Amino acid sequence: MRNLGWLRVPFIFTYAFLYIPIAVLVVMSFNASKSPFVWTGFSTQWYTALFNNELIRQGFINTMIVAVGATILATILGTLLAIGVSRYFRSAIVEAYSLAPAIIPDLVLAIGLLAFFALVGVTLSLFSVLLAHVVFGMAFVAAVVIARIGQTDSSLEEASRDLGAGVVTTFRKITLPSLAPAIIAGALLVFTLSLDEFVIAYFTNGPTTPTLPIVIYSMVRFGVTPEINALAALLLLVSFTIVISAQRITRLTDAV
Amino acid sequence: MTLDSTNAPLLRVSSVSKAYGDVVALDDVNIEIQQNEFFALLGPSGCGKTTLLRSIAGFEDPDAGAITILGAGSGAGEGEQIDLLSLPPNKRPVNLMFQSYALFPHMNVRKNIAYGLEREGLGKDEIAERVNEVLITTGLTDKADVRPAQLSGGQRQRVALARAIVKRPRLLLLDEPLSALDRKVRAEMQIELKRLQHEVGITFVVVTHDQEEAMSMADRIAVMHEGRVQQIADPVTLYSQPANVFVADFIGTGSLLRGIVANAVLLLRPESVHISADLAGAQLQGEVVETHFFGGSSTTSVRVAEMETLIVASHPGAPKFAVGERVGISWNADDAILLEDQP
Repeated sequence: MRNLGWLRVPFIFTYAFLYIPIAVLVVMSFNASKSPFVWTGFSTQWYTALFNNELIRQGFINTMIVAVGATILATILGTLLAIGVSRYFRSAIVEAYSLAPAIIPDLVLAIGLLAFFALVGVTLSLFSVLLAHVVFGMAFVAAVVIARIGQTDSSLEEASRDLGAGVVTTFRKITLPSLAPAIIAGALLVFTLSLDEFVIAYFTNGPTTPTLPIVIYSMVRFGVTPEINALAALLLLVSFTIVISAQRITRLTDAV
Repeated sequence: MTLDSTNAPLLRVSSVSKAYGDVVALDDVNIEIQQNEFFALLGPSGCGKTTLLRSIAGFEDPDAGAITILGAGSGAGEGEQIDLLSLPPNKRPVNLMFQSYALFPHMNVRKNIAYGLEREGLGKDEIAERVNEVLITTGLTDKADVRPAQLSGGQRQRVALARAIVKRPRLLLLDEPLSALDRKVRAEMQIELKRLQHEVGITFVVVTHDQEEAMSMADRIAVMHEGRVQQIADPVTLYSQPANVFVADFIGTGSLLRGIVANAVLLLRPESVHISADLAGAQLQGEVVETHFFGGSSTTSVRVAEMETLIVASHPGAPKFAVGERVGISWNADDAILLEDQP
């Protein structure tokens, strides 16, 4: 690292501010005591308890259904949106509007979607949460893919046509592979965002199918238990793994 | 190279025009290119040469005119003119080598070269054989399994060339093929391109803004300016008999003099200008303002009173006059080129 001089001080403080609470949470998830604030010894009992908690298990399954479904749909639609916007419009305004769902406050999006679902008569369920997550997920995928398209040489597709490939073959053999790193990174991003999304899920979900963040919220209302700490530590592990792999994938292929 | 003038031209560009809004890119362009010719489209940037090349390849759609190519091989289609403009780029018997080379970054050299043959639906063995053949021709055999990112500029250019010629097109279009290379590699590739063209027997059309490049490689050159073809001729004719002031100015060096002959511009190439101490017997008199010595030869620039343009003379050996000396300028009437004065 370059010598930061006095800038080192705020840098260390902000890093500590960011990661000390997370470190405490992870440490406490291995605490033997039932109190989340007093350390009495090492134990993995809360992880065991977590796996035996029916409410959390159901919440986890619901969340996975939403996250996987939303990721698949948002990745396909977001990629098409990105290609359409950068190829056929070349307008900064159209591009900005297509990325808006990623920037609009969650609350606004949540209320809007709730009103929309009521209007068209969609029963609130896991499916409506999934659709809602596709809306903002699509915008995130599009943002990443549009950036990638801006970096790729547009004559690649022309070269493919010139060498005898039709439109479909060119898309399959040249366009998609050259965008693949961005598409994968976008998909992983949507997956992590959907995994812990609370506001929109809270508004657009039915009463019988809570997702994991909603389950956690209702449990925390009666106090933080070490079980919640264990769950949060696991979620942290999943998010970190995904974010790091997304970064590696984009960096690896950028070097080529 | 033999150009059989009794044969029909390979490519015929007839009255092609193209405008982008108010900007005219091509204005009634007519060009005929013969089989096995090395043809250059030469002009400053924005003259329409790239638009013409892309129209032939199928990436631009002219507003008016026709582009046809002579049908290939024997049998029914032989000797027939095929309308190129009605075909999509992937159905045209021409290939384009892009200025950026446009190599597919996710494929190695062999895959890049095989791509066009795979699209033709050829068998695996035939593809492998033809790819190996062209790898040898272009000297890329030991780079076959490497990705484009790991190649030098000159090597990338070879891959782009190999990928195009492996298709055995009737016509190969090259968009500024040498512009991305540094000076030394460029000189090598000029010779290389010329050799390859002979070896594979494909008609080449090169777009370039570099007149030396065009002059040294091409059999014939079309000089373009503001969307119009100014002159089509072989390099020697372009140099010694330019059709107008633009061509005279763009090709080679020389002094364009107004006011010596009424209503005309006189072009004096440096090698036709003689300077001497004999003031009385000279056609013009002036003062030496600049001399340059290039080792084997030198140039002397002379200012003639009341004349904007300097007259430049070149001669073997060291400069014979010093700056400030008064000299006489003379030339053979046969060496002077008279051009119509254009607005």
